[in-house]
Parts: sequence; C-alpha cells; structure tokens
Amino acid sequence: MADDTLTHPRTSEEPASGDASAGDPSAGDAPAGAGERGLRTWTGPVGPASWGLGDGQAIPWDYAPAPEARDIVRLRPRYGLFIDGRERQSSDGAVFTSVDPSTEEPLAEIARATSADIDRAVRAARRAQSKGWGSLPGKERAKYLFRIARILQERSREFAVLESMDSGKPIKESRDVDVPLAAAHFWYYAGWADKLEYAFPGRVARPLGVAAQVIPWNFPLLMLSWKIAPALAAGNTVVLKPASTTPLSALLFAEVCVEAGLPPGVVNIVPGPGEIGMALVSHPGVDKVAFTGSTEVGRLIARAVAGTDKALTLELGGKAANIVFDDAPLDQAIEGIVNGIYFNQGEVCCAGSRLLVQESIAEPLIEKLKDRLATIRVGDPLDKNTDVGAINSKAQLERITALVEAGVEEGATLYQPACQLPPRGYFFRPTLFTNVAMSHRIAREEIFGPVLSVLTFRTPEEAIEKANNTPYGLSAGVWTEKGSRILLMTRRLKAGVVWANTFNRFDPTSPFGGYKESGFGREGGVHGLHAYVRLEDR
Amino acid sequence: MSDVADSSVAGRIDVRKTYKLYIGGAFPRSESGRSYLVSGSRGEPLANACRASRKDLREAVRAARGASDGWAARTAMNRGQVLYRVAELMEGRRDQFAAEVAAAEGVRAGVAQELVGRAIDRWVWYAGWADKISQVLGGVNPVAAPYFDFTIPEPTGVVGVVAPERSSLLGLVSRLAPVLVGGSVAVVLASETRPLPAVTLSEVLATSDVPGGVVNLLTGWTKELVPVLAAHEDVDALDAWGVPEDLRVSVEQAAAENIKRVARRPAGITDARFDWTDDRRAERPEWIAAFLEMKTVWHPVGS
Repeated sequence: MADDTLTHPRTSEEPASGDASAGDPSAGDAPAGAGERGLRTWTGPVGPASWGLGDGQAIPWDYAPAPEARDIVRLRPRYGLFIDGRERQSSDGAVFTSVDPSTEEPLAEIARATSADIDRAVRAARRAQSKGWGSLPGKERAKYLFRIARILQERSREFAVLESMDSGKPIKESRDVDVPLAAAHFWYYAGWADKLEYAFPGRVARPLGVAAQVIPWNFPLLMLSWKIAPALAAGNTVVLKPASTTPLSALLFAEVCVEAGLPPGVVNIVPGPGEIGMALVSHPGVDKVAFTGSTEVGRLIARAVAGTDKALTLELGGKAANIVFDDAPLDQAIEGIVNGIYFNQGEVCCAGSRLLVQESIAEPLIEKLKDRLATIRVGDPLDKNTDVGAINSKAQLERITALVEAGVEEGATLYQPACQLPPRGYFFRPTLFTNVAMSHRIAREEIFGPVLSVLTFRTPEEAIEKANNTPYGLSAGVWTEKGSRILLMTRRLKAGVVWANTFNRFDPTSPFGGYKESGFGREGGVHGLHAYVRLEDR
Repeated sequence: MSDVADSSVAGRIDVRKTYKLYIGGAFPRSESGRSYLVSGSRGEPLANACRASRKDLREAVRAARGASDGWAARTAMNRGQVLYRVAELMEGRRDQFAAEVAAAEGVRAGVAQELVGRAIDRWVWYAGWADKISQVLGGVNPVAAPYFDFTIPEPTGVVGVVAPERSSLLGLVSRLAPVLVGGSVAVVLASETRPLPAVTLSEVLATSDVPGGVVNLLTGWTKELVPVLAAHEDVDALDAWGVPEDLRVSVEQAAAENIKRVARRPAGITDARFDWTDDRRAERPEWIAAFLEMKTVWHPVGS
C-alpha cells in the first residue's frame, strides 16, 4: 500500500527520462531499482487529502512531455584538463566518468588531474598573472570579461542543456536561473575591473595573485562564475577545480575562454576528486583559496591553509529557517516555502530546510502546502515542465534517503505526494516532515535534498531562538506583512542573507555568504571583490 | 564626407546622406524647413544640417518625457547592457565615425581613430556603472533610533545636454553616457559647428537597444536653442558644458525658474582646452551623480 508509491508503472504521459528517442516509454521496465535504493519505509499518507484521493493515486491531470532537445550539446567522448590555454591529458593518463543522474548513463570521460597537473596549472596561472593579466589595464580586463558574459548569453541554451544533463537540475532552472545569473556575474564584475579605485576609496587595490578555487556540484556553472568573475576583475588568475560529478560546464567554459581570446593561463580548469581539491588549496604557489561546499570539507581546507599567508573565503553549509508569521500572505508564503526547499531538488546550501510556522496558522498552512506539493512535477530534468529533477549522484541520494529514514525513526511524521518517479535515475520525492523536534537529525543536519522539516513557534522571540539554534548561519526567510517585524527579525537573525517575503533570490550585485559555521567572506557585490584584492596605501 | 574625392576617382557618383534630427526614435527634418551649411576644418563644405526650431525642441522634450518613466524603470543591469550595445554597434562603424570626426575636427586619421576608440570605451566604462552607482553613492544610514534608514539614487528625469562644441563625438559621448546610465533621458543640442558625427551617433542609437525618445538630438544654432532649452519648464536638469561663456548668466537664470539642476563646466576648465582623451579627467562618477536624486527611506524596526 504505502509501498505502492514507489512502484508506479510509468504512464505514457510520463516523459521518457533522458532519451527523447526512447521508443514506447510505457514498455517495460518496472522500477526494479526501487528496492535497491532503499526507499522503503513510508509511513505517511499520500495524495492531498482534501481531494479525497486514495493512497497512491496520481494527481488527476498530467502534462504532455515537453523535452528540451539535447542535440544543441555536442558532447565529446573525452575531455582533457584546461591548462595554460590548452586542453591536455592528465600526467598519468587517468580519466573518470561523468554520469547523467537522470538516466545513470555515462556522458563523457574526463581527464583526472594529478598533483603534477595541479603544479603545472598553478605555474601557468602564476606566469599569466605576473607576465600580463595582473598588469593589464583594468579597461582591457573589463573587455575580456564583457566578452565572456556575452558569449555565455549567446551560448546560453547550450550551457543550460549541458548543465541539466550533467547535474540533474531541471532545464527550467538552468535556463532561467543558473546560466543567466552566471552571465550576469561576469557582466557585473567586468564593470568593476576598471573602477577598483571607487570600490575601495582612498586605497589602492592590488590583485592577490593566483586563486585556487574549488566549487560544488549543485550550481556548477554559477559557482564557477561567482569564483572566476571577481578574481579576474581584480587582476588575479585562477586554477579552478569543478566537482567530480559535474565537470562538463566548466570544461565548456574553457572553450568560452578560448573564444573570448583570454590570454593562456588566466583560467585553468582541473577536474578531479576531493583529494585533488586538497592538493590544489595546499599548493604553496597559491595566494588565495576560495571554496564552496560542505562545512566538513571547509574545516579541512581551513586547516590546510592554516599558518600560510593565503587569503581564504569559505561558503559552506546551511540549515536555514524559513519563518512564517500568522499575518503572512499565505499563498505567497506557500510559493516561497516550496521554492525555498524544492528549488534545485533542495540541493542548495541556503535552502529553507526548516520551516518555522506560527502555531495559530500551522494547520491551514500545512494543508495548503500538501496540496501544493501534489502539483510538483518530479522527473526528466530536460522536460520543460519539470519542477524537481534528479538528485545529483547516487551517493547524495543515499545520504538523503538515510536522513529521511532517520527522521521517520526519530518519530517525525512523513508526508510525500503521490508523484511518479522515473524508473531509472536518482530521483527523490518532495518530502515534508511534521511533528519535528529541534533535536531530530532532520532539524539539525544539512540534508541537501528535497526534504522540509516543519516546526512551530508562538512568539517572535521563540522563532528567533529556534532559527538561531544551529551552528549554521547562511540564510533565513521571514514572512509577514509587517515591515517593522521584518526588520526586527533581520536584525536578530544570525544569517548572512535574510529574505523577506521572498526566498532564494540571487543577484551579482548582492553579497552572499554565511555567519558562523556557514563560512566567511562574501560573494557578490563590492564585498565579493574585496575577497580578491590586497589593499595598499596610496 | 571625406571620401567624396575617392569615390569620384572610382567613377561612381556616391549617394550622400541627409543629416536629420533625431526625435522620439524617428528622423524628421526640422519642421521649420531650415538648414545650415556645415563646413570642415579647412572651410570645405561638408553637408547641410537641420537648423532645429523651438518647436522641434519642444517636440524633443515631449518625446523625452514620454520615454522617461520606461527608461527609469529598467533594471540597472539592463541599462548597462543597453549602453554596452551602443559600444558594440559603434565598433562596427568605426571607420565611418573616424572619417566624420577627421573631417569635422581637422585631425589626422590616426588621431580620429583614437578618438572614436575612446568614445567606444567610454560607453563601456559608463555601462559598467549602471549597477554600481547606487552601491557607491547610496547606503544605509545608522540613525540613532530604531529605524532602518537607507538612501538610494534615482534618476532626475529629462536632462538637456548642451554638448561640447569642440569635441564632436568623444566629448558628446562623455557627457551623454553619464546622463543615460543613471536612468535619465536626454535632449541633446549637438555641437553647432561640428554636428555631423553626433547625427551619425543618433543613427547608431536608433538601431541599438536604446528606446526611442531616451535620446533626442538636435542640430542647429546654439544661441537660438540653448535659451529655449534652459527655460523649458519640463526639463529637469541642464548639462551646461557647451553653453557659450556669454550666455552663461542668462542660461542659468532661465534654468533657475523651475529649479533645474545645472551641471556646469568645472571652474577653470575651458571647452577649447579640455582633453577628452584623458580618462582620469573625462571619466567621472560625479557626472552620473549630477543627474541623480537621492531618496532616503525611513522604516521602523520592532515587533
């Protein structure tokens, strides 16, 4: 019965996951993998109760498939490292495979950087920095960055499709959020390259030198742009390691650098596993380390950098409270809650994973939320109707599954809508937990998946207390019609970004980053530039 | 126009351009039917330019006012991209601009190329300011009371730009770009003696993403038009760089009538001697600020 939610046969309306030419999608494969994935212990109801639907029933309508064509992306079977303006194989010839998480099919083989490659990349970056880029007039650096922004805009569809293929995120999101924002970041920092004296009045801003940058898999191209754009604008050169499950958009970006005529060595891309990231940040030839990822790895990197003169910025995990007061615009809040936690499959460091609802409106809000969840479409990332795509990797799916199981075991009440999951690929239902206590793992640990924990509060004091009761401090949300209360909450919340009556908004002009164990340093805005300069007296 | 000789050598009669006004995104002749002969630096005739009338000027102000709200409502990033696009299009017409600047200003081809290149780069420099000026000029004010208090710049509105007389293109771009990037719209009086590159610039603007009416450009007699522009009640600010010295008092007095913001040429600087190729002197965020209004907002903080 409840298990049925896992074993829906695919209906003919269900988009053929991944492969547009997959023949009759209804033919065949029952989700044999369901048991293997360990998604067994559902105790909650399914289907919105208010519709009077029985357990396991699908919502009474469906969309026709609207798959985005994949052929705009010309995937090569193999990709090399990008060092000193050229593609090259790794020093030991090793490769790894990047997989489409929605089909579990391999996409391409990628050269796996070695520490010898890291050394070569850092030396190339040093040469490029000291021989040209660092002393190039800001106006000229600006023009290169404007070119890159323009090329990203021109090739936006290609980047969006590739990003969705490699990461599993819905095309709607890579097309409308990731790629435009990535271009916008280059655009914004392009304009700073020749205006540094206005960003730091009375001081002279000098580049730090070579920046080692390690980025996560949840927003591969966007995180690349957050890292590379301000670094280059300030006159640094970079060696960037993309995440091992999502290296492809970074390697396509290498092509953009060549197309823009960027001097060799200014940008170097070295894909590889976590050890290679550690080798990169530990390299003695690096002047600046910037990392986005988990707090756990952030700690290791901070240790590796300890005692050196390397500048460091860390953008780490989060467990954001999304606080809804009884006077909040309810429908707007529902959209904000859904966007806050199910955007990008919840694989967002600033996701609103803890919903704090004022007690008096908890019941109607949760009912509305459940109704809304029933309309979320989970499936083929390349389908334009898809709201929630594939989880980025098998390992991440297992982690989410384990934490959800812990939530059930610890006594929280689970709810999942009766949506159908594709038979293959790493998918997870949008999940909602009620009756959550602050002590539960699902209320404390970063799940990095589409899992929302609902808690309640009575007074603003209690909301602040609960919201701040976490080692993290990346973001928070406040929903109320009362402006003075928003501002009180923003004053008291220990978080680097507070969204009021909105959530998950990003802009290159707007600084982003955490308090406490969510890291330090800001990306975006003038503050993002500050992370890549050394200020000297005039 | 400098290529007249070349084309006749080639045995082909070239097609000459009619230099028109640019009002509300269209290219009318002056309603007055008047024109004046524009000569090159050696006195050779170059073309007939429109001699705009007061009525043309009033039409231009009307068009500017109509475009003002839409332009001000654009996001900063969008305005930046629109300005950058002007640079992109000018780059494609470099040679035409260089030829016209050389003819108008009597400079060598290499110098004209440099002036055009600088003009293009100046658009880029100002384009970059679009989403930064409020971060530099605005901010949160730490008032000693439970209020969230912040100041943000907003565009002034319709700005009359009396363009530099000598620097036909680079000077004009250097004065026009800061008006636009802040979100204001412009009625430009081009250099009276060297108006042709400005008219070509208006043709670039018309095919760029700058909406019609955001820039309106008139050619004509300075003495005839400047007093009307300065006195116009629906013009909010005046860039007086190109106002002749003998008109200054009367122009500023006329501008005082509706409390126009007047951006004067800085004291001690003459139009004739100013070096527009000097980035440090000719690229200034305070020229953007001259056409911005500062808005301060107070909001209580409390439960």
